[in-house]
Amino acid sequence: MVTAGFSLSPVLPEFILAIGALALLLLGAIGGERWTKALYELAIVILGVVLLTVVFNHRAPSVSFDGAFVDDAFAHFMKVLALFGSITTLLMSIPFLRQQGINKFEFPILVMLSTLGMLTLISAGNLIALYLGFELMSLALYVIAAFHREDGRASEAGLKYFVLGALSSGLLLYGASLIYGFAGSIDFGVIGTALQGNKAIGVVFGLVFLSAGLAFKMSAVPFHMWTPDVYEGAPTPVTAFFATAPKMAAVAITVRVIITAFPGILAQWQQIIVFISIASMILGSFAAIGQTNFKRLMAYSAIGNMGFALVGLSAGTEAGVFGVLIYMLIYLVMTLGTFAAILAMKRKGLNIETTADLAGLSQHNGPMAFFLAMIMFSLAGVPPLAGFFAKFYVFQAAIQANLFGLAIIGVLSSVVAAYYYLRIVKIMYFDAPVEAFDPMSPAVNAVLALSGGFVFLFWLWPEHFVNAATAAAHSLF
Amino acid sequence: MFGFGILTGLVALPLIGAAFILVLRGDDEATRGNARWVALLTTLVTFVLALVAWGRFDTGTSAFQLIESKAWFGSGISYKLGVDGISMPFVVLTAFLMPFCILASWTSIHMRVREYFIAFLVLEALMIGVFCSLDLVLFYLFFEGGLIPMFLIIGIWGHDRRIYASLKFFLYTLLGSLLMLLAIMKMYGVAGTTDIEVLLHTPFARSTQIWLFLAFFASFAVKMPMWPVHTWLPDAHVEAPTAGSVILAGILLKMGGYGFLRFSLPMFPEASHYFAPLVFALSVIAIVYTSLVALVQVNMKKLIAYSSIAHMGFVTMGIFTMNQQGIQGAVFLMISHGIISGALFLCVGVVYDRMHSLEIASYGGLVNRMPRYALAFMVFTMANVGLPGTSGFVGEFLTMIAAFEVNTWVALIATLGTILAAAYALFLYRRVVFGVLDKASLKTILDLNTREIVMLVPLIALTLYYGVHPAPILDASQATVDGVVRAVSLPISEHTAALGAPVPATAGQ
Repeated sequence: MVTAGFSLSPVLPEFILAIGALALLLLGAIGGERWTKALYELAIVILGVVLLTVVFNHRAPSVSFDGAFVDDAFAHFMKVLALFGSITTLLMSIPFLRQQGINKFEFPILVMLSTLGMLTLISAGNLIALYLGFELMSLALYVIAAFHREDGRASEAGLKYFVLGALSSGLLLYGASLIYGFAGSIDFGVIGTALQGNKAIGVVFGLVFLSAGLAFKMSAVPFHMWTPDVYEGAPTPVTAFFATAPKMAAVAITVRVIITAFPGILAQWQQIIVFISIASMILGSFAAIGQTNFKRLMAYSAIGNMGFALVGLSAGTEAGVFGVLIYMLIYLVMTLGTFAAILAMKRKGLNIETTADLAGLSQHNGPMAFFLAMIMFSLAGVPPLAGFFAKFYVFQAAIQANLFGLAIIGVLSSVVAAYYYLRIVKIMYFDAPVEAFDPMSPAVNAVLALSGGFVFLFWLWPEHFVNAATAAAHSLF
Repeated sequence: MFGFGILTGLVALPLIGAAFILVLRGDDEATRGNARWVALLTTLVTFVLALVAWGRFDTGTSAFQLIESKAWFGSGISYKLGVDGISMPFVVLTAFLMPFCILASWTSIHMRVREYFIAFLVLEALMIGVFCSLDLVLFYLFFEGGLIPMFLIIGIWGHDRRIYASLKFFLYTLLGSLLMLLAIMKMYGVAGTTDIEVLLHTPFARSTQIWLFLAFFASFAVKMPMWPVHTWLPDAHVEAPTAGSVILAGILLKMGGYGFLRFSLPMFPEASHYFAPLVFALSVIAIVYTSLVALVQVNMKKLIAYSSIAHMGFVTMGIFTMNQQGIQGAVFLMISHGIISGALFLCVGVVYDRMHSLEIASYGGLVNRMPRYALAFMVFTMANVGLPGTSGFVGEFLTMIAAFEVNTWVALIATLGTILAAAYALFLYRRVVFGVLDKASLKTILDLNTREIVMLVPLIALTLYYGVHPAPILDASQATVDGVVRAVSLPISEHTAALGAPVPATAGQ
């Protein structure tokens, strides 16, 4: 890896995004309400440019800012996912926010700032950069969670998220200081070397707190309590955003920290991750069964899915990281598709959220029902849909690492989870139809169709994704 | 074509038909008619193609044939198809039964006709894929993928308790299969590939074999289904539309037996010997217990479903005798049961279409108004009992001979099952067909129409033909079955050989 000193070239995407966000803020302050629509579009364009910069600006892997910023294939992969999540949710949110009368120009700027935090977080090479990215991402998220100020549920969601999030930041910071104190460095690589053959109990202590903070952002059990309320309370496009981009960043940094800073104490962190993983899978499967609100159901589904993704990390091997990457890629697409469907659930101009409202959807909107059904089957992990391959790779890594118990509990809870995904299919296909939905906006329609098509046809052309994820996983080892 | 062979064609053809129906527009009677005809033509062409494949098939060798392979996921997972003497008959059986399913649904499906035929064609493609796959991941893909269309078929076009039945069917099967998936991953870890041809020659340690066997067993035992994990089947059968039952009994159940033959026996020979007594015990319990349960059923489809479980008991018994007669008998019994049970469900469908009742009690004396139907139903009832001269006899006879060689008690109890089979099957026939036709609703019931005659005559012909001339199937599977028998007995003889004469130290050192 090349040490690039203080060169700006590796941080070009972040640079563009930061300047862009500030410029938009300025424009918003000047133009006010009149320019809102243009600002939304500009924000999407800037995020798109950043995405293209990440994809096409091929550079040798490098470390800059004295090790604070790591630019490697892993960072590229996860940044593409996070940016993709941000752009898509922003695209879908415009009609919704306008209709709710909350299309303020601050919204796209907050999304951009939060995304900037994610990119920093994904590339973080030491504990300070980690915390910086973590807070930049979270502060913007707290605000947009409560973006719908008149809505009591949204305010509650924002407040809950903020209080619990602040607590988790505190835990994380405390853990980071313990790790620094006992390992003598904030740099992941140096910590990794310092811990070889030296199992300082203080570091393990710090690691527990650090994992707690990260688990909070991933909404993994036992730090998941905020998830259902925030998912249900926040405006749907905001939930869609919460469910996708920040999850990518949180999982990415968790993987990076664990793999690069703590390979020496595998036995110690493995216990933590295995526990979080099992608890998330079980809670996510069982707690979702009774849900009638689709957004709340997806919150529990997200908890369960984080558990599955962590199965791959538990292995602590390159195959495991590869599994996590593929899992996050496919999970991102499935989540975007599901939330597109939730956004499309609208009757007489009013948004509805209960699963019962989907009754008989296959009769009056065949394509929407088909795509949503494919996504549900995919979330349940039924082949040949994409979700199967996601689960396949993480469980395979666990099996190779001889974590048989984890794998068996995992597949059993995925059978339980299959029940509530199937129930959605059942409601759409087997139940008697109720009133049809309003026509959906083109963006929502396109997102639903594309993600449905992706999970349906993933098995035809998997090489590209598999190769990219292989390279990304390899760059961490 | 495009570097793909005839087997890919078999998998792709139904999908092309399904895509064709998908682009049909409208929901008027003409569109429905078109959908039916497209489905029928597609299945017929697929059947002809399957016959062509059978024609190209060389029965003289136990190796895989018609192989085609493409890189797919990289790192040892590839798209690989091929057939041998065990899978070829099942491919042909699948392609053979599908046109009957389409015919059976011709008038009985009124709503969402296009979707119905699309589901069936997709299901056909996946089932053929199961029997052709030479890669474990690909196999699993087809094996599990079939759940989706079947779930929809039961759930959308089924009867009153269809939702319960479809969910039970799906979750039961998924649970078993996911454990198998873990085993597949383990095997991938050991061998570095999921190529079945390679895995067949990969030795697994005894302790590994036992766990792998159990995981595969969980999947195949549910699919088969074996007692005590059979309870999803009667529900699924009763609630499924006629054609769904035909496919369920005719093909889907056979995947369990096929799996035992393809994977469990040759790949885990030591574990197979270790668990054979358990399988025997479960088989004979299934044979006797489900036959007794069948005796007291009041629902025709449920009765036939329980009879299917009993017959599958003979199949597992035959497979785990691990000798020539047993395995060949099991293969033959599966094929013959595919035809007979499919035909029995078609017969039930014929009267269900007229009376909309599956209760045995709502029928009686049908012979007075439906002599042709009575004849057809009788042939299949006799075949189900295993009367000599029908195809049902050959398989049961072979498996029982094999069981006698291995364990007299097993064979003895299984024989008891045949007697019970005669009891429940004839009892059903008497209650439905004989007696006085005194129910007012039955006074105007019509005999078989042309479509139904076209549907049942080939099945009668095949049942009788294979009853007196079983050679085509037995010859086709002979070489491969020999190979399986060798594979499953090899490790032990090698082991004993090694004990008798220690291998001398490596020469040249």
